[in-house]
Amino acid sequence: MLEIIVRIALLCCSLSMLGLIYRVIKGPSTADRVIALDSIGVNLVAITALFSIVHKSTAFLDIILLIGILAFIGTVAFAKYLERGEIIENEPNR
Amino acid sequence: MRKVNNIILETSLKVLLFIIALYSVYIFTAGHYYPGGGFIGGLMTSGAIVLLLITYDIETVAKILPINYRFLTASGLLIAIATSAGAMLFNVPFLTHVFTDVHLPVIGELSLHTATLFDLGVYFVVIGVTMTIIQTIGGDE
Repeated sequence: MLEIIVRIALLCCSLSMLGLIYRVIKGPSTADRVIALDSIGVNLVAITALFSIVHKSTAFLDIILLIGILAFIGTVAFAKYLERGEIIENEPNR
Repeated sequence: MRKVNNIILETSLKVLLFIIALYSVYIFTAGHYYPGGGFIGGLMTSGAIVLLLITYDIETVAKILPINYRFLTASGLLIAIATSAGAMLFNVPFLTHVFTDVHLPVIGELSLHTATLFDLGVYFVVIGVTMTIIQTIGGDE
């Protein structure tokens, strides 16, 4: 029973990731693409968790936190680039 | 350049930075029995410093963490070479590692391995190289 439910959930995550990839390719503005990439990161977290249920292993649980942290840092860096034009500044701005 | 007040980022950094640093230390120390080790631990620590660099700027971060990352790389290499060559003092080949079970008063049963010291060298080298690359690209003078 759990196997079937996990497989259905994996299929749903893949479908939502396909929709997000459509938004990355088609997205009119850069912000649309950044948001879609962030959501792809969250989807990857879900897929990794379901995959570790399929494989009955706890070795992937560190990867979940890793993907979360990396997606956050990447999104913040993209947002700062879109807002300020540079990611790392040299001197304080106040 | 327009002044911005990114108070949400600065406040969330104060919580997230310690979680990321603690996670990197965890993944470094768990590397002998679980997935992890010096490489990914060093990358996560430099990820925490990169988040600090994104939130503030190079001058402020140099004030918060007064570290010369080239010295960090050199000391990491020195630690790695010293733990490898230290085996030769005991008439065993280069890179021979030993481990023993130690009973510490507070922590309890602990198995200590000299490969952890080698991993510490890897950790320092990864932090030093990553932060040198990022700071060299980020500072544009």
